[in-house]
This record gives sequence, structure tokens and C-alpha cells, in this order.
Amino acid sequence: MAVPQNRKTRSKRGMRRSHDALKAVASNECPNCGELKLPHHVCGACGHYRDREVVAAVTDVDLDEDAA
Amino acid sequence: MRHGSGHRKLNRTAEHRRAMFANMACSLIEHEQIKTTLPKAKELRPYVEKLITLAKRGDLHARRLVASKLQQDAAVKKLFDTLGERYKDRQGGYARVLKAGFRYGDMAPMAIIELVDRDVDAKGAADHARVAAEEAAAAEE
Repeated sequence: MAVPQNRKTRSKRGMRRSHDALKAVASNECPNCGELKLPHHVCGACGHYRDREVVAAVTDVDLDEDAA
Repeated sequence: MRHGSGHRKLNRTAEHRRAMFANMACSLIEHEQIKTTLPKAKELRPYVEKLITLAKRGDLHARRLVASKLQQDAAVKKLFDTLGERYKDRQGGYARVLKAGFRYGDMAPMAIIELVDRDVDAKGAADHARVAAEEAAAAEE
């Protein structure tokens, strides 16, 4: 089977990896609660979108209830 | 050529897809807001909007066309009794898809699909009524 004849130098390895860096995820501040949220997403903390719609009002769920 | 392939297959057979959209449409009509994956939500929106357009027509033929798509008579009834009336003056665009992050476990993009001008109390109304009835029964004992 074909195998590489020579080991690549650490310079070549670094050059290859020069485009591998990860980009930070973009984020916005929620206009309602001030938490960081993903752009164009419903706020994960307060469930608001564009400072008016309550999409998922989080009420405390009591997991100790026998109904759960 | 990718002619005539305008919709997602969602890794399902045709009948599986048909059943899934029928179930999801019934859930959306009952609760007026549901959470699902983004591709499913994007496919469900035109599906439900076409049902609402039929419901606005209101005649028996439209009702039978809708009933052939949905499995639940309660959903058909709600479509024609309340939703058709609610969207009388709206020219399409009855549902809205909002992005809602990524699912824990498989990083699937999630979305919330809801009816425009939705009735906030409709979500989980049946469950709330059941719990209230159970509590009332427990209080009697």
C-alpha cells in the first residue's frame, strides 16, 4: 500500500492547520432580560422574541410532585 | 435534474411523512403552538396554512378535503369553527416559525411554530383541565 515517504515538518503541519481555527458563535443581548442569546432565535432564558412575544413562559415545575 | 423535488423527505417514506404531518397539524391546531425541529416546522407551515385556507371556505366539500388529511375530527371542527373565522381578514401567513436553539443530544436545530394571533390558553388546555379535575376529585376524598 502507498505510504508517505517523508514526515511533514511542523512548519508544513502548521500551514495546513492555519485555516482550522473555530469561529466564535455570534450572540446578541436579549432586549427583554439582557441575557446573551443567539441572533434570530427565541431567547433561551426568558422565552421572548423581539421584545414582545412570550413564546414559552417558564413557570417553575415542581419535580417532587407525585404527578411528575 | 432536481425537477419536482421541492420538499424535504425528512428520512421518511411517503406514508410515514403523510401520517407525521397529519399528527403535527392536529397538534398545532389543538395547541396553537408546538416545538419541533426546524426542517419539520418549515415543512409544516405551508401544510397547515393550506388547511386554514380550506377552512375559510367553510363549505362541506372543503370540510371533507380537510378531513381526508387529518385524523382527528376535533381538529377539523376547531379549524372550521374558530380558525376559519379568526383568519377571515388575513390574506395568508397564518403560522409563524421561530428558531429555538439546538436540541441536547443531537444538536438538531429546533423551532417553535405557532399560529399568528394565537389563543395563549389553548396550549395544553386538555391537560390542565384533566389535572384540575384530578385535584378536584382528590379534594373530595
